[in-house]
Parts: sequence; C-alpha cells; structure tokens
Amino acid sequence: MSALNLDTLSFAAILYAGAIGLLVIGAVGMVMANHLFRMVLALAIAEAGANLLMVLTGWRGEAVAPILGVHEAGVPMVDPIPQVLVLTAIVIGVGVQALAVSVLLKIHRIYGTLDVRELRRHLELDICRDAGIVPDGSREAPAGERPLPPPIPPSIPARAAAAASDRPLSDPTGASQ
Amino acid sequence: MRNIASLLFTAGLAFLLLVIAAQLGFGEPPMRIGGDILSQAPAEVGATNIVTAVLLGYRGIDTLGELSILFAAATATGLVLVRGRKDCEHHAEEPPGGFILRTGADLLFPLLLVVGFYIIVHGHLTPGGGFQGGVILAAAFFVLVLARPGKDGSGGMSHTAIAVVEGLAGAGFIALGLWSLWDNGDFLKPMLGHGVMGELLSAGTLPLLSLAVGLKVGAELAGLMTQLAEQPATAQHPHQHPHPHSEDGGS
Repeated sequence: MSALNLDTLSFAAILYAGAIGLLVIGAVGMVMANHLFRMVLALAIAEAGANLLMVLTGWRGEAVAPILGVHEAGVPMVDPIPQVLVLTAIVIGVGVQALAVSVLLKIHRIYGTLDVRELRRHLELDICRDAGIVPDGSREAPAGERPLPPPIPPSIPARAAAAASDRPLSDPTGASQ
Repeated sequence: MRNIASLLFTAGLAFLLLVIAAQLGFGEPPMRIGGDILSQAPAEVGATNIVTAVLLGYRGIDTLGELSILFAAATATGLVLVRGRKDCEHHAEEPPGGFILRTGADLLFPLLLVVGFYIIVHGHLTPGGGFQGGVILAAAFFVLVLARPGKDGSGGMSHTAIAVVEGLAGAGFIALGLWSLWDNGDFLKPMLGHGVMGELLSAGTLPLLSLAVGLKVGAELAGLMTQLAEQPATAQHPHQHPHPHSEDGGS
C-alpha cells in the first residue's frame, strides 16, 4: 500500500475513534440507564458501533467494494468477510431489538412502568408473594434466619392468645414499608 | 458506587479497543483469509459479488445458524406477545389511516416488492442479497400494516401465511444443503456448475439460496413487526398494581 499517507492514517483514526466511541456510549447507556427503553436504545447504539468497528477492520485505503466487473482487474478490494458478518449481524440486531421491545411491552402491561428501580421493588414483592414469604428487610422479618420463638406454655392463656393473633404474617403487601 | 464502577468498566473497554485498533495497522487488514477468498472466489463459486459468495458459499452453514437465531427471536416474540393478541380482539379499533396514507401505501407496496425481489435474485451479481432484499420485502408488508391499522388490516396477510412462507423458505435452504450433501458429500456446497459469470442464472445454487434467505428474512421480520403493531395501547389496560407510575422515570 504505497498510497498510505498521513491523510489516510488520520482519516482511519477518526473512523476508528467514532466506532469505538459509539460502542462505549452504548455500553455506558446500557449500564447507567434507569429506564428499560433507554437501555434498548443504548443497545442499538452499541450495536451500530460494533458493526462499524467490524467493517473498519476490513477497510483499506485505496480499495474498492468486492464486486467483480465494476472496476478494472487488479484494483485492490476490501476484505469481504467482515462485511458478511456485519450483514447478518444487522438483521439479527433488528430481531433482537424486536424481542426486547416485546418484552418491554409485556412488562409495561403488567407493572405499568419501565423504571428499573420501581420494577425491582415490584418484582421483589411479587416474588415474595409467590413464594409465600415475607419480604426481606421488612419490620416483621429482618434479614437473616431467625429461630421460631419457643412455644408458649398454655398455663398463660392471655399471652398465648396474643401470640396466636400476632404470628400469621401471610400478608406481605402491608409489610412493604 | 454502581455508576463509578460502570464508568470504570466502560473506560477500560474503550482503552482496550483503542489499543487494539492502534495496533491493527490502518488500512492493512490483518486477516489473510480475505485476500485468499478474493483471489479464489471467482473461480470457485462464480459469483460476481464476493460478499454473497462468502455468505452463501464459504459460510453457508453460518448463515443457516444466523437464520435460526432470527427464527428464535421471532418465535420468542410471538410467545411473549401471544396474550396481547387475544386482548386485542375485544379492544377498541384504532383510527383509520386516512386516504393519502392508504393510497401511498398501495402505490409503494408493489414498488417495494419489485425492488426487494430484484435485490434478492441479483444478490450474486450486485450489492445486495437475501438479507437486504428480505428486509425490503418486510418493509413492503409493514407499510400496508401501518396504513391500515386495526383488525381488518394486517396488510391482508395472516400469521398462518407468514408462518408457511417462513417454514418453506427455511426448509428449502436446508433441502438445498442436504441435496449437496447427498450429491458430493459437502453440506451447502454450491451446485449446478458456475455458468457464465455476470449473468442472472449463474453461480449455481447461490440465487436459490439467496431467494430462500430473502423469503425467510422477509417473513420473519414482517411477522415480528405485525405482532408488535397489533399490540393494543398499553395505557388503557388495567394493571395488576392499582397505581401505575409515570412512564418516564429515568435519570
């Protein structure tokens, strides 16, 4: 590649920096977003960056697209393999995004929100309700195991009745705060 | 704390990628297989478009894997959304698209179909191929769905028809591969000779494979988009939780 001068170099550096920048922006968005739909958008951005990076690895300064019969023979061509990989990755990316959006639709229909923090609270409550346990960290059930209190001797009927009315903790919804 | 950790992680990722990119040697592809394929593909496959030659000739089984990934995504979307379609039956009709939108969609639909099929069947000659043309086909059907929302819409296509086309295309792709396996012992090896390079009927079975890929991708994406478009508006649904929170809770 005798045609590799400084211009090509800096041009390629800009391209690489752009692709990596998109990838990093997408990664930051995915990790730091608190809204699920923004996470999907960040995933799309990161995907675009990854695709660009992959195409760039097959890029050459003076090369043409790998189609025969358009240019005269002997002209260098770009590497076709990254193009093939990216070609399928784009279509698969659309499919994956559609799947993600459909899951978001379902989540929004059930919980009415897409905020991760609220969803986490709802999910914990639901899991605890399904498992039939009291949510962790609530007043009735502090974190960690706790042995059951010893059985109250029936010789003290007043305390036994009080304990019996106090014990059932099967209503986790009231115990959330 | 979590934000600091994630920022550190992404900074490390950026640094790693930049270092790798700096060592790549700009404009000098590090992979030698690309050069080999560029020099050997015209004689071995007979396709003018070397990208398609790699996609369907050298890496045909990878393409099959990618089609199955797409199939898995479409199936999973259908599974996730299957409840919504039932809810949609007794849901309010969406407002009609209007005269201009409908006429524009009707005009655009055949043009998109022609362009899509042209790109699919010329995949071995010009830039394009099954994946690109399939996406254009899906867009053609989706334009119809968008212009005629509601129950009678779906662009006049049913989920059964989409599933049939999709299954037939996938089965055709595998059948071509099995035929090649039966004939000369290699799965998905291009068959039927090379023909004259540059003509429409050349490069052996590559146009057929391209057609199968195109139909499959088009059907999958059209099905995906139709399922998403048929979803009722979520805001009007009764929630499991009595107080739906505002949708925008970010930052």
